[in-house]
Amino acid sequence: MNSSQKWIAFDTILRREIRRFLRIWPQTLLPPIITIVLYFVIFGQLIGSRIGTMSGLPYIQFVAPGLIMMSVITNSYSNVVSSFFGSKFQRNIEELLVSPTPNWIILLGYVAGGMSRGLGVGFIVTLLSLYFADFSIHSLPVTIAIVLMTSLMFSLAGLINAIYAANFDDISIIPTFVLTPLTYLGGVFYSMDLLSEFWRNLSMINPVLYMVNAFRYGIAGITDIPIVWAFSMVGLFSLVLFFLALRLLETGSRLRS
Amino acid sequence: MQPALSIKNLRKTYDNQFEALKGIDLDVATGDFFALLGPNGAGKSTTIGIICSLVRKTEGVVTIFGHDIDRDFSIAKQFVGVVPQEFNFNQFEKPIDILVAQAGYYGIKANIALERAEKYLKQLGLWERRNEISRTLSGGMKRRLMIARALIHEPQLLVLDEPTAGVDIELRRSMWEFLKEINDQGTTIILTTHYLEEAESLCRNIAIIDHGTIVKNTSMKALLKQLDRETFILDVREELTECPTLEGYPLTLADGHSIEVDVTKGQSMNEIFIELSRQNIHVISMRNKANRLEELFFDMVEKNLIDAAGGQTNE
Repeated sequence: MNSSQKWIAFDTILRREIRRFLRIWPQTLLPPIITIVLYFVIFGQLIGSRIGTMSGLPYIQFVAPGLIMMSVITNSYSNVVSSFFGSKFQRNIEELLVSPTPNWIILLGYVAGGMSRGLGVGFIVTLLSLYFADFSIHSLPVTIAIVLMTSLMFSLAGLINAIYAANFDDISIIPTFVLTPLTYLGGVFYSMDLLSEFWRNLSMINPVLYMVNAFRYGIAGITDIPIVWAFSMVGLFSLVLFFLALRLLETGSRLRS
Repeated sequence: MQPALSIKNLRKTYDNQFEALKGIDLDVATGDFFALLGPNGAGKSTTIGIICSLVRKTEGVVTIFGHDIDRDFSIAKQFVGVVPQEFNFNQFEKPIDILVAQAGYYGIKANIALERAEKYLKQLGLWERRNEISRTLSGGMKRRLMIARALIHEPQLLVLDEPTAGVDIELRRSMWEFLKEINDQGTTIILTTHYLEEAESLCRNIAIIDHGTIVKNTSMKALLKQLDRETFILDVREELTECPTLEGYPLTLADGHSIEVDVTKGQSMNEIFIELSRQNIHVISMRNKANRLEELFFDMVEKNLIDAAGGQTNE
């Protein structure tokens, strides 16, 4: 395949992915919006008004970046995991496997699809959050860069989960038992300063912590972690996941007999 | 001329240690209509899976129009279109979208893909249903959709794994006509089927695979010549109460108006008709009791005659 043909193949996968999540919008776009509105109402307004400030910010302004990031993470991940596993389950992934499309294009196509949904939902949630909280952007480049990297990383993670998954249980175990705890313990609702040294050190292995803090820095200008350190860690995690996902596609593990 | 498909010493052992292919060699000539037959579990689908990269081979070399499927996978894959045994398209998508997306995976621009999709959907009688969700199509329509999808990048080698399974006779015959037409236009076709009548009427060459080995690889004509005995059913005008006798021809009374007769190679049907006429029995029609290829197939596979004769033969 020449580069123009590769581009057509990538574009085809991406369009197919976008068409898929738009077609089933009541399952893909509506639930995260309702969830995030509830978070804002309950944690931001009802409980948040009694908490006061966190790291010098009104609580609703403190949690808003974390809630936006949570939407990006869960939607990027769940789009790829459900779409790729669905293709495996219905066996229409074979359409791609018999074609000359290189594995790295398949990877990029699915990841771009996941990022489209993650970023799309993130954008809608950001607009909604403006209704509940007043905030301005402290650093636009940092905000955009970290959102893109986060979406990329969790789309890759979703793809790996889908490749390994043998049944529908396998695609719900990771989001339930890994992704949700990581997100809740990643500094969305509290500052690291509130934790004892042991728990603070333990939190440092949680990639979500770096993303939430970098994003909070981009929006509010405050962070529990040095920003360069946060980008380095997210970049490193993404790189490892990229090569792992590519390796799995190259070997055909769980895809080819 | 280089073969459309060349397989050398192809072996496949699955993770559970089941040896599906035990070192098969096979060449399919360019432009051929080739039948790959064998009982369930013989290794047909594994062979097809390897040709189209859905199964990883353990050993051996597969080339498609001279391109190695490992070294030149991108080029080799451009030459092949595959129609699998089971439905493997997204049942929630529309036929037109399935075809255009498949073309995209081969790097074909959308406008060309749309033209081809229209052409093949019309030829296969699916154009009117192009915007309906695929799962609402009938079984026969789904099979035709998979054929259209396999042709969308206009491959030179089309591999069909039981394409007419579960399809009614009328539709099956129209699919035969369609396949003959694209073969006449130059597309090499490899077909696996359980309908031996289908293989006999469509294919020029044939390989029979059993227990992961090719037990026969020859032309259809040469294979059918090996048939040394056929059973015919003769429908007669008169009502018979007892079976007539004919020297040298074992006869059985099937019912009051039909007789079964075993004819071995070299014997003449004329003798039978003349002798029956003498006995005032008039034959009004005749037919084979079973498909000729089917009889050979059972001989080769079930009775394992080839193994007894010393293994693989290539003619």
